[in-house]
Amino acid sequence: MKDMQNVPLLEVDGLNTSFNTRAGVVRSVRNVSFEVGRGEVLGIVGESGSGKSVTGLSILRLIDPPGKIVSGAIRFDGEDLIPLSERQMRKVRGARIAMVFQNPMMTLNPVQKIGDQIAEALTEHERLSAQEVRARCIAALEAVGIPSPEERLNAYPHEFSGGMRQRIVIATALVTRPDLIIADEPTTALDVTIQAQIIHQMRQLIDQTGAGLIWISHDLATLSELADRIVVMYAGTVVETGTTAEIIGNPRHPYTRRLLASVPSANEPGQPLRQIPGIMPSLLDIGDGCPFASRCDRRIEGCERPIPAERLSPSRSVWCINMPEEREDA
Amino acid sequence: MLVYAFRRMGQALLVLFALTVLVFVGVWMIGNPADALISPDASMAEREAAIRALGLDKPLWQQYLDFVGGLMQGDFGNSFIYREPVTQILASRLGASLELAFAAFVLAVGISVPLGLYAGLYPDTRLSQAIMGFSLIGVSIPQFWQGMVLIILFGIWLAVLPVGGRGDTATVFGITSSLFTLDGLMHLLLPAVNMALLKMSLLIRVTRAAVMEVKGLDYVRFARAKGVRPYRIVTKHILGNIMLPLLTVLGIEIGNLVAYAVITETVFSWPGLGRLLISSIQVLDRPVIIAYLCFTALLFIVLNLIVDILYTVVDPRVRDAIHSGGAK
Repeated sequence: MKDMQNVPLLEVDGLNTSFNTRAGVVRSVRNVSFEVGRGEVLGIVGESGSGKSVTGLSILRLIDPPGKIVSGAIRFDGEDLIPLSERQMRKVRGARIAMVFQNPMMTLNPVQKIGDQIAEALTEHERLSAQEVRARCIAALEAVGIPSPEERLNAYPHEFSGGMRQRIVIATALVTRPDLIIADEPTTALDVTIQAQIIHQMRQLIDQTGAGLIWISHDLATLSELADRIVVMYAGTVVETGTTAEIIGNPRHPYTRRLLASVPSANEPGQPLRQIPGIMPSLLDIGDGCPFASRCDRRIEGCERPIPAERLSPSRSVWCINMPEEREDA
Repeated sequence: MLVYAFRRMGQALLVLFALTVLVFVGVWMIGNPADALISPDASMAEREAAIRALGLDKPLWQQYLDFVGGLMQGDFGNSFIYREPVTQILASRLGASLELAFAAFVLAVGISVPLGLYAGLYPDTRLSQAIMGFSLIGVSIPQFWQGMVLIILFGIWLAVLPVGGRGDTATVFGITSSLFTLDGLMHLLLPAVNMALLKMSLLIRVTRAAVMEVKGLDYVRFARAKGVRPYRIVTKHILGNIMLPLLTVLGIEIGNLVAYAVITETVFSWPGLGRLLISSIQVLDRPVIIAYLCFTALLFIVLNLIVDILYTVVDPRVRDAIHSGGAK
């Protein structure tokens, strides 16, 4: 039994985020729910356009018009963030929930010293002496493995490589000691070796600080190394959640199966890569049925209606009414 | 940095050389200055004596070499009309042009940068749409007509502002200008507005476009994700990054304000360089035309250089690019 007094760090409940365009309403995120605990790494996986980034931005309420959070609750430490004023929300951003973006070449202000950019995250929230700010910035840079951080504080972003810049961005996110970090494809733009280093460091930092981490990625292989639990998103909605072992070892949603099968290492060498036939449906005025139905070979009648969650275990839910059998060989 | 500056000066000299050749050939093609200068009823002997005195009897290449020879000694020659050194004539007009340009520049920048910033930050508000409408009208109205409307409105109907001339001047720290007297400022207002309105339209648009581009970039979003206050996001992250495009346009525009005030100076009888140029072209006063154009070219070269130096101040990437380029 779950301890009722122990509220999860973050609880996203029935989140709907839409963009009003000239062509109609694009329902980018539909009815998304998940939880993140303290010290836990939650992976959100999905293709481009699956709504995973919009979900991340929605948590910090950084969705700009014409986008809008239509409904749902985002309970952080038990308190819903949706009704907060912009002023109150500003005190949450950076201080308690920090975010790391995908492209480190674009995330840092090119005309501001990196020391000032890291310090800004602190000084906008806390009253600290100049020495304290400096010490905390240096400590944060050290934690992410930047050599001789004292000197680097006065450097500008263009003096660093992409990998170093992403470390600086992560240091900026860490410097305030937030309770939750949302990382939106933070290693996608980097070399594989740098990727592995950063992932390793992130895991260590989370274990040390006890913060929660949401790691958004299109790459299941990366997530399998890092995440405790995985949320699989497709076309704006969650199709399957479970522990990493459950998702990777025994995917139950037809989409997750296809996704895993299309990973190059799962294929025979020399054979053509297995693709998922068809394309993702348009999110414009999309209905509430299973979005994968149009590409699914297990489609049956009823797939076009709202799909209830099938709870397979305390940690595991699948949104499918005709899921394939459990695999013994997997 | 020094290598860079020298390279730029070399380029500038080439431009000036090409410019003088073009003006010589150009004026020669338009007509003979002697026809405009010497009264038609002068005798043949008088006519020839006058032509010889001006050096117009020599072949064009010889005249050009004489001009270049004088230039080497810092002498632009004498005006055909005023018989005075051209540099003195230009200098006497420069003050009036500069003060007009300065006033127009302050007006244009002071009003249009904040308006453009607002329109870029909140593009969908009524006020932003009004600002953009105003700027569209500003670019569309011919400047001379807009000047006349200003004269009719403020000079004739309301009769609150003078419509011609420079007014009283006063000398402060050795600079004589109408900026220092109330009467001078009153005289300055309408022509300055006339020049500023057109520039404002452009500056509003440039500022707005730059703000709209920058505010959607990741580093602005990242600043918001850090919880940075909106005021600081605008001043540090947005304004800091629109300085580059803004400086480029400002550099060109301030040059235009000094050099191409022809229309405004004509409409408001402002005794500046623009009117001097027009009257000199009418009588083919070649030394004045050349000196004026060289001054203009020099002005733009210097302004470009200043803008380039300012780039290195506002953008560390440019600074480093020049340093590493100069080291090679």
